[in-house]
Amino acid sequence: MSTNLRVKSSEFIDETIRISFKFNGKTYHGFKGDTLASALLANNIHLVGRSFKYHRPRGIMTAGSEEPNAIVQLNDKTNRTEPNARATEIEIYEGLEASSQNCWPNVDFDVGGINNAISAFLPAGFYYKTFMWPASFWEKYEYFIRQSAGLGKSPTDNDPDIYDHRHIHCDVLVVGAGISGILAAKNAAKNNLKTLLVDEKNELGGATIYQNSKFNKIDNQSSSNWVKKEIQELKNIKNLEIKTRTSVAAFHGYNYLLARENLTDHLEKKNKQGKIRQRLLKIRAKKVILATGALERPLIFNNNDRPGIMLSSAVKKYADFYGVISGKKNVFFTNNDSAYESVLCLHNKGIKVEAIIDIRENSDSKIVKAVKDAGITIHWSHTIVDTKGYKRLSSISAMKLSNDGLSVIGKSINISCDCLGVTGGWTPAVHLFTQSGGKLVFDENNKVFLPNKYPSEQLSVGSCNGDFKIKEIINNLSINLKQFLKIEKTDFDNITVESEEENSKRNIWLLPSDKPIGKTKPFVDYQNDATAKDIKLALREGFRSIEHVKRYTTTGMGTDQGKLGNMHALGIIADTAGVKMGELGTTTFRPPYTPLTFGTIVGRNVGEYFDIFRRTPMNDWQIENKAKFENVGQWKRAWYYPINDENMHKAVQRESIAARESAGILDASTLGKIDIQGSDASEFLNRVYTNAWSKLGIGKCRYGLMLNEDGMVYDDGVTTRLGENHYIMTTTTGGAANVLGKLEDYLQTEWPELDVYLTSVTDHYATASICGPNSKKILNKIIPDLDLSEENFPHMSFKNAQIGNIKCRIMRISFTGEHSYEINVQANYGKAIWEKCMEAGKEFNITPYGTETMHLLRAEKGFIIVGQDTDGTMTPIDLQMDWIVSKKKYDFIGKRSLYRSDTMKEERKQLVGLLTDDPNIVLEEGAQIVSELNQSPVNMLGHVTSSYYSPNLKKSIALAVVRSGKNMMGKKLFIPMMDKNINVTVANPIFFDTENKRLNA
Amino acid sequence: MFIINCPYCGERDQQEFKAGGEAHIERPKQPSELSDDEWAEYLFMRKNIKGVQFERWNHAHGCRKWFNMARDTSNDEIKLIYKMGEKPPSE
Ligand SMILES: [Zn+2]
Repeated sequence: MSTNLRVKSSEFIDETIRISFKFNGKTYHGFKGDTLASALLANNIHLVGRSFKYHRPRGIMTAGSEEPNAIVQLNDKTNRTEPNARATEIEIYEGLEASSQNCWPNVDFDVGGINNAISAFLPAGFYYKTFMWPASFWEKYEYFIRQSAGLGKSPTDNDPDIYDHRHIHCDVLVVGAGISGILAAKNAAKNNLKTLLVDEKNELGGATIYQNSKFNKIDNQSSSNWVKKEIQELKNIKNLEIKTRTSVAAFHGYNYLLARENLTDHLEKKNKQGKIRQRLLKIRAKKVILATGALERPLIFNNNDRPGIMLSSAVKKYADFYGVISGKKNVFFTNNDSAYESVLCLHNKGIKVEAIIDIRENSDSKIVKAVKDAGITIHWSHTIVDTKGYKRLSSISAMKLSNDGLSVIGKSINISCDCLGVTGGWTPAVHLFTQSGGKLVFDENNKVFLPNKYPSEQLSVGSCNGDFKIKEIINNLSINLKQFLKIEKTDFDNITVESEEENSKRNIWLLPSDKPIGKTKPFVDYQNDATAKDIKLALREGFRSIEHVKRYTTTGMGTDQGKLGNMHALGIIADTAGVKMGELGTTTFRPPYTPLTFGTIVGRNVGEYFDIFRRTPMNDWQIENKAKFENVGQWKRAWYYPINDENMHKAVQRESIAARESAGILDASTLGKIDIQGSDASEFLNRVYTNAWSKLGIGKCRYGLMLNEDGMVYDDGVTTRLGENHYIMTTTTGGAANVLGKLEDYLQTEWPELDVYLTSVTDHYATASICGPNSKKILNKIIPDLDLSEENFPHMSFKNAQIGNIKCRIMRISFTGEHSYEINVQANYGKAIWEKCMEAGKEFNITPYGTETMHLLRAEKGFIIVGQDTDGTMTPIDLQMDWIVSKKKYDFIGKRSLYRSDTMKEERKQLVGLLTDDPNIVLEEGAQIVSELNQSPVNMLGHVTSSYYSPNLKKSIALAVVRSGKNMMGKKLFIPMMDKNINVTVANPIFFDTENKRLNA
Repeated sequence: MFIINCPYCGERDQQEFKAGGEAHIERPKQPSELSDDEWAEYLFMRKNIKGVQFERWNHAHGCRKWFNMARDTSNDEIKLIYKMGEKPPSE
């Protein structure tokens, strides 16, 4: 096999630097500057992958990010592997390994290719229709379908690379560095506007950089030379930042754009180490200029997908830019003059062009004349009706088109060839424009959708705005740019531009064949194997909305989002349904424009930076003492403190007994704390809590329940009156931020007349809670001069005190039912106070306990945990907490809702206790509760909300919500589990010390 | 993502704000005198307009002030921002 398919060296390829890479396990060579696609073509490889549904052999079709076929798996079997990479975008580097995907066992022999032979049975909606019925078929075929379908493999290990995010604010963002983008960016920056110019490619200049046609001249030079001079000048302009290899993924409202900057993908492995691979740019621009260019579109004809069939402009780019011949015997198929540029480019390099098939009747432009003069055969009014060659194109056959373009006539011409350049005209790349909310208008003359209404400060310029010829690009840019940037003049206002003229046009969305449509394969979406036949079938089956046709046929739903064939799909729908394309509209273009890796989206937020976490001042002590932690909201809370090899159950049983028999200590610092001051503070509390607050004495504490306006329990906690107009409220750990927000909301919007000030002081205090019969003795050892008598310091009261020179607030409140004290100190003394308590408590075997033991102890007492025993559908009445709902208060948040007919229903779920008949069985939280076992359908009464083995009662206890549970005291119910039914009895939810004697013990 | 002009701080990124639902729904002064239907009207019923909608927003990661916004939900254009307690614009 001759591997030298290079033409006279290209200035963009450095042939002195040879690069070796592997494709499907074999080693090949390319040069610096090559993409994987150009290097493969230079090695005469066209067959790169298999199509998704029929597994047809597919080759390289384009030279850009719109590539549908040549998508490969990179660095397979490493943790840097990446699926669906476009060979046309990958810059080769030493050691690159790429492989074909979507083929099994390999690209040359693919089992799935059988789908091609049976394609008559794989019509549009195949997946929807087949796997609906019978359901049992699915399991049988799943294994084979999974082996032979799918696009690439995702890595199974952690991504070893580093990703980053950066915010950029600029006056002007220019997307696309073709000739329009370069001129726009240069003139913006020169007018003192902070400008950012980005392009997805590694070089500036777009298609103009290799444009040497003698029919296109700027300032009497070739447009290529002129634009190179402009690029040189960019380097010395202040206010201008240029980013290449940067693809804009999304254009959101208010000119907020996301772009992916690729920093190391093109580097050799050893040079990637330790560097940021990709950076997500979050750009907020005052003005956005889209210069995203246009995508060449193919023609839709029978068997238009064989390896060797490429876009005409791609054939030209590979020859002109990369110096690579795509075929030795070339044919071009066109409906416009641009193919003639590609033909001349090859001809001038001495590469054979066998013929041109042109669906138009004629064209009298200068460039067509030049091709005629070169002696190249042109078949006017002809279309290709079929192609041959399974793994590589071998020939085409063409026939004359009827006048209406709906059929073919005469005899067919056969031409042998190994490359077919196809062009169906150009489609403006309006993806980003529509993402931003822009509305399109259809231009009947050029068969393109163009930007119409701008939703923000933005401008589309150049071919993405429908200007295809260099003369109109520059003239229109000069006018529009001045208006948009509000500048007097540009530096290219008076430049002379010559460009070719094109007068002859003919557009046929679906080209006819001598075979009926049912027997042909005109692919519209290459990646997803959607043909014109599928689209017509969808319309016959009654689909009308283009969004539905898209989903049913999967047209445009591949990783390329159908960049090549979407227009044809619309055209075929419009023609078949007899509607105008302008009325049909387009499908939605969604971000990202090209795929992004998850790593880029996540950036630095991985591992310990995945989420913010908060630690209490006692955290170091807890780590030193081997605590296990659990996440509560953002907090890391000590969960339990195992001794030696204790498991959680053993540790919790030990901690629970110690807390009741002698003394326990809990880190309660995470509870939300809100400082409330102002002359209306008492009135405010009256309105936000269900119980009354006006008569709470200074120095006293009270438990409060807060509802939503719908009457459902929202939060709870103890609030202490520190002074006449001064309270400190505690909230649940997880609810702190929301409670503050809710209280501020009411103060600002409903009761602005109240004189109340709220300050979150959660982080300002550390709280150690000591409980148990010896807690009083321990506190007395720490603060001997504080009078702890029942008279001076009863339950539910508060004292200011001093431990050494540390000021503290001590509340005598209890969440365990034991005699206990909460000691609050300024946060940075938290650890010191904790250690003091441990020291003083040593003789009483003071035992640190975590959240699990806290939950157990409070469950023994039947105290609820908001969020565990409630779920936003429980009223205080449902919780059997009627005692806390004031009947006297005129109003409080949620009061009216407690009297709605629905909230007053007797058969609502109510909180009850559950005892298992077998005291050793601990119920599962979330388990369902029923009263009848052999019932269909089963009437589910409720579920278990909290469940523990109580070491103090030596039996299992549970809290549950049960329909009409209030009236079921003593009733037998069942908990059906997978392997058994558990018998339970409804009980009082207060299991331990029902008379609260221990509080004052 | 919007840029929102907080009446107290100026233009800030939407990330700093929290949306708070429909504006100008006043909490009834005497809830106990309302029928179930009247209370339900206040509690549950909200508009979902295609077009200009009046909304409450809070500068949650900033000054924490609540304010009102008139926003066109069809294109996210913010027509007007005004303080709590101010009347909605008639047009
Ligand atoms: Zn603010």
